[in-house]
Amino acid sequence: MKILVCISNVPDTTTKITFTDNNTQFNTNGVQFILNPYDEIALARAIELTDGGNGPVTVINVGEVNTEPTIRKALAIGATDAVRINAKPHDAWFVAFQIAQYIKANPYDLILTGRESIDYNGSKVAAMLGEFLDLPSVSIMKKLEIAGDHATVEREIEGGKEVLSIPLPFVAGAAEGVAEPKIPNMRGIMSARTKPLIVIEPVEVKTFSEVISYETPAPRGQVKLVPADDAAKLVSLLHTEARVI
Amino acid sequence: MSVLVYTENSDGKFKKSTFEAISYARAIADQNNTSLTAISIGDVSKDELALIGNYGADKILNVSNEKLKNFVNQAYASIIAEAAKKLGAAIIVLSNSFSGRGLAPCLGVKLEAGVVDGAVSLPEQGEGKFRVKKTAFSGKAFAIVELTSPKKIISLTPNSYKIVETASKASIEDFSIDVKPSDFAAVIKEIVRSTDKVSLPDADIVVSGGRGLKGPENWGMIEELAGLLGAALACSKPVSDAGWRSHSEHVGQTGIAVSPNLYIAIGISGAIQHLAGVSSSKVIVVINKDAEAPFFKVADYGIVGDAFEVVPELIKAIKEYKASA
Ligand SMILES: Cc1cc2nc3c(=O)[nH]c(=O)nc-3n(C[C@H](O)[C@H](O)[C@H](O)COP(=O)(O)OP(=O)(O)OC[C@H]3O[C@@H](n4cnc5c(N)ncnc54)[C@H](O)[C@@H]3O)c2cc1C
Ligand SMILES: Nc1ncnc2c1ncn2[C@@H]1O[C@H](COP(=O)(O)O)[C@@H](O)[C@H]1O
Repeated sequence: MKILVCISNVPDTTTKITFTDNNTQFNTNGVQFILNPYDEIALARAIELTDGGNGPVTVINVGEVNTEPTIRKALAIGATDAVRINAKPHDAWFVAFQIAQYIKANPYDLILTGRESIDYNGSKVAAMLGEFLDLPSVSIMKKLEIAGDHATVEREIEGGKEVLSIPLPFVAGAAEGVAEPKIPNMRGIMSARTKPLIVIEPVEVKTFSEVISYETPAPRGQVKLVPADDAAKLVSLLHTEARVI
Repeated sequence: MSVLVYTENSDGKFKKSTFEAISYARAIADQNNTSLTAISIGDVSKDELALIGNYGADKILNVSNEKLKNFVNQAYASIIAEAAKKLGAAIIVLSNSFSGRGLAPCLGVKLEAGVVDGAVSLPEQGEGKFRVKKTAFSGKAFAIVELTSPKKIISLTPNSYKIVETASKASIEDFSIDVKPSDFAAVIKEIVRSTDKVSLPDADIVVSGGRGLKGPENWGMIEELAGLLGAALACSKPVSDAGWRSHSEHVGQTGIAVSPNLYIAIGISGAIQHLAGVSSSKVIVVINKDAEAPFFKVADYGIVGDAFEVVPELIKAIKEYKASA
């Protein structure tokens, strides 16, 4: 089974988000970039599913050369080989379109993404890829089992879950529960340097969205502390002042 | 150029987030001096459908068919896209629910339309520009996104737009479209709904517990508090990692993002990754025994104290408040 895992390069989760140039650019100064946490889950499941050499796990990233440490990290975790499409990831449409072109020329049995990238949080790439390839897609997948040419997938729904049976190939975005992220071992780290990483150029495509600027949430006022032995005061504040109960 | 809103139902009933989406779509239709059509798919009663009119839709397209009783991403997307084409709708609104998140990007590709996912306010329009504010960086910031395509798709973050009731009535029209068999490739085997619980992404009030609660056996008081307030339950990541609670309750940067009216955090330190998913809550209450816990810096109300003493007192106080109300 050949599995393709789409990976994105995102600011570390501890990053304090700030902007420059009149709030039009994300301030990357001093920011550590990491493999998107959900993509780690997708990659871990892909490796489990192909355990023992049952097919390659390719990772693919749309990004400029600065994403290569993250790609190497994925190779160290256990991906077989990697593809980088050499372009700035303009938006989800652009990313999905580029990856779809690659898949049309290099078919896979299963295409995994993370449920969302923690920077722009679109949750869009998986479903757009599915549409571009005319394949079924599941945006937020909580469990993935494969038997023969079908997968059993659990999907999150409000206040519950849904179990689906889907024929391969399809596209799905991995969320918590699909697998435990894997930590690279020494051998993985050593071999990552020599595993194949091919770089291909993007195809031209029109896009329809543009980030104009950013805002940071308004700071909250000073916290109002209520004495620990006066819970009734809190209830009354929530009722009369905050008007939330 | 009209506006189309997809009215999602859960087991034949519309949810609060659906009424928010209709109200929001109505406001966009008003911005553009145009009409609002709603599309409902599945097995929804006429009485339930009639509710759509209360929020400002002019017309309702009702797609009802045994095969479409439950949500099928590809099939639903095809139907909504076809309806949009038939109506000549230029703006399509839906809720950024779990299902909506699958639909919006599919619609974008089918209609060659720009997509804003997780919008938090009305579009700013003028001089040919169309800009929408959405959450970014897991709630740590907002991005203003401009859509440059003639057709536009907007999915609305639940709890971010106030429901507006109107005195209007909508006509209901049956609507049918042939869906290609490959759109039904994914087959639903089972739907598990925990009906006794309030759904977390839609909840008005969320009661959340962290590692400070020491163990899963101590969630009884958290559940009691949530029950009294009609609140949904949530937890920090280590709590679900340890298996004390299910992953579906984990909120934060790598969990569910919530924006309830009231978020009560009990025994949670307020790490940046946790705050990312909850900071857009309207009012935050923190109960923590450590006065230096970072969560107090972003809280509106706080109690510095031991949860095992404070929570039972709080439960008592709420019972008294309810009895007197
Ligand atoms: C990649 C990554 C992603 C992450 N994503 C998330 C995420 O999405 N969501 C998330 O929550 N975390 C996330 N985390 C983890 C995050 O960094 C924190 O570790 C986590 O939020 C801490 O959980 P906690 O506050 O429950 O536990 P702790 O940090 O252990 O805090 C427990 C708190 O309880 C208080 N306490 C103890 N006893 C009592 C008592 N008797 N009464 C009252 N208070 C008491 C303590 O003072 C303390 O403040 C992520 C981390 C990483 C690295
Ligand atoms: N630049 C990128 N290159 C490759 N995959 C990506 C890229 N951006 C996003 N993805 C994938 O798409 C998923 C969802 O991203 P998004 O739609 O941006 O929330 C991520 O978890 C990745 O798996």
